[in-house]
Amino acid sequence: MYRKRSKFLTFMLITGFSFLYIPMILLIVYSFNYSKIVPIWGGWSTRWYTELFKSEEVWEAVSLSLQIAFINAMFATILGTLAGLAMVRFGKFRGRTLFGGMLVAPLVMPEVITGLSLLVLFISLEQLIGWPSERGFTTITIAHITFSLAYVAVIIQARLTGMGQDLEEAAADLGAKPFKVLTSITFPRLAPGMLSGWLLAFTLSLDDLVISSFVTGPGANTLPILIFSRIRLGLRPDINALATIIILVVAICVAIAAFILFRQQKLQDQDEMMAARET
Amino acid sequence: MAGEQITSEQKASETPWLDMDTKPLIRLSGVTKKFGEFVAINNVDLDIYEGELFCLLGGSGCGKSTLLRMLAGFETPTSGSIIIDGKDMSDVPPYERPTNMMFQSYALFPHMNVAKNIAFGLEQDNLPKGEIEDRIDEILKLVELQDYKKRKPQQLSGGQRQRVALARALVKKPKLLLLDEPLAALDKKLREQTQFELANIQEQVGITFVVVTHDQEEAMTLSSRIAVMDKGEFVQTGSPTDIYEFPESRFVADFIGSANILEGKVTEDSAAHVRVATDLGEIYIDHGQSTKQGSRVWVAIRPEKIHLSKKPSSKNGYNQAVGIVDDIGYLGNTSIYKIRLKNGHIVDVTAPNQIRPKNRTHSITWEDTVYLHWDASSAMLLKK
Repeated sequence: MYRKRSKFLTFMLITGFSFLYIPMILLIVYSFNYSKIVPIWGGWSTRWYTELFKSEEVWEAVSLSLQIAFINAMFATILGTLAGLAMVRFGKFRGRTLFGGMLVAPLVMPEVITGLSLLVLFISLEQLIGWPSERGFTTITIAHITFSLAYVAVIIQARLTGMGQDLEEAAADLGAKPFKVLTSITFPRLAPGMLSGWLLAFTLSLDDLVISSFVTGPGANTLPILIFSRIRLGLRPDINALATIIILVVAICVAIAAFILFRQQKLQDQDEMMAARET
Repeated sequence: MAGEQITSEQKASETPWLDMDTKPLIRLSGVTKKFGEFVAINNVDLDIYEGELFCLLGGSGCGKSTLLRMLAGFETPTSGSIIIDGKDMSDVPPYERPTNMMFQSYALFPHMNVAKNIAFGLEQDNLPKGEIEDRIDEILKLVELQDYKKRKPQQLSGGQRQRVALARALVKKPKLLLLDEPLAALDKKLREQTQFELANIQEQVGITFVVVTHDQEEAMTLSSRIAVMDKGEFVQTGSPTDIYEFPESRFVADFIGSANILEGKVTEDSAAHVRVATDLGEIYIDHGQSTKQGSRVWVAIRPEKIHLSKKPSSKNGYNQAVGIVDDIGYLGNTSIYKIRLKNGHIVDVTAPNQIRPKNRTHSITWEDTVYLHWDASSAMLLKK
């Protein structure tokens, strides 16, 4: 039935994927370029990789970005989960609609505005109570948590709504007090949602340039800030090398995620087959 | 001890609701539940007795599930009181009630195996490990799933999941077991078989069951008593026979089974019989009803209580009609005949197919002229 594939569709498919991947392939190829000037080919070399590994500045930025991303993901997951729980499981409370709206506002708010308003907040706080005394690690982390938790809350809300309340009611009916229901039923059921929330918060933080630039201070350069500031002075081959490594890391992460999903699907299929055999 | 047992046996009559001295296990008085403006349950009173298998029967949105959820403690009545085992349940949360519930979705915990699912309720009571093990084995034996302890719910068939859900709700030996559409998710054959199993298990464990269902057949086979619900109210409460043979309203007569319902005028009303003029001719009912002559009433006749024949009845008199076969629904064991009377009125008649037809054709077929008659006790007089 599908033997004759439309030529037009094949063409569109190739064009689409080309747009997505040719730039990245170019980037990877040029990262192995010996020449100091990016668009001029000077033969194969790993020169920029060795130079990159020697650069302390880059390593500091990577470490800072990872630390911020990790702490951000932790806090965003906890706060976002609690917010999601409040929205879905606490029934009607005063100001629920307002709270729900404010929770998703950071998703649609332009980043420039979020960044600017946070900067204003930090400056006025410093004048009022003397904290934060300088901008950098702490302020970037706080800023990232504010927008990441909104994403986590949305994921958790969706998952909770999809789960329904039957399992929790069943647990309560069997004598479990509310806290026990939360720890033995709700959280185990939410775990996949919390994990994807955590990962999303982690990547959002690693990615963020705009908000970080607003609330950062002297000496605190996250990886995106570093890359952007260097690129402003012109294309540089060592940045290509850095980007290639990032692409590699991301690709490995995606592959692992796909593998886990594939295994889950297989286990689920096995369960279904087992169940079918019982009927 | 021995003395106590005798008295409790004497008390446990088959029809506790008729015995004025028996104390109900559950007493609802003036219970109303509103969701905003919508009245889900409207001022209902109900007593349910120990050992009963009580069915709440009604269409979707009639409030039966809300009532069950109020018994479980997931909803609180807007007004009125619920007393279970002598205690007012108003401020008692679900986890402290002497009730357990079997959910329509079964609500089995997917991250726990069968044994853990069943153990969950017992663990909340901090029972010793050994006793928990024993209770799990005992209850799994009752539902015949001894070999499935280590399975996850996802690895079980629908029927097995249903039995795990039942076992999990029963294992805590609640005073009252609430079942929300317990058989709705099973296919027809399995459902019919499980109906009897469920009733047997209830008899074995002796726990009071309250079952919510929309399936009248399920309600009829399972229950000691049925409460028919409509728009948040009880329309009629009684044993399956009461409900089927003595409906009090057109709604019940029509909702439970099927019935030919005819509007009519009372032409004669005496202590021992009633005559009603209807589209089906004059109907004679051989039991007295307190009606007024000339008042508007309805008469319901069950399709299976009308006799169908190709020859006119030898008796002359009432409760007879002539018509033409308009349509036949062949169900195998029975057939449904749609009989068109001279005045155009259509009457449903069901008849068992007792004789295996030769030549594969039945004796009564389309466009045949047929004669109907029914016993004087068969017609039911309805005033609303």
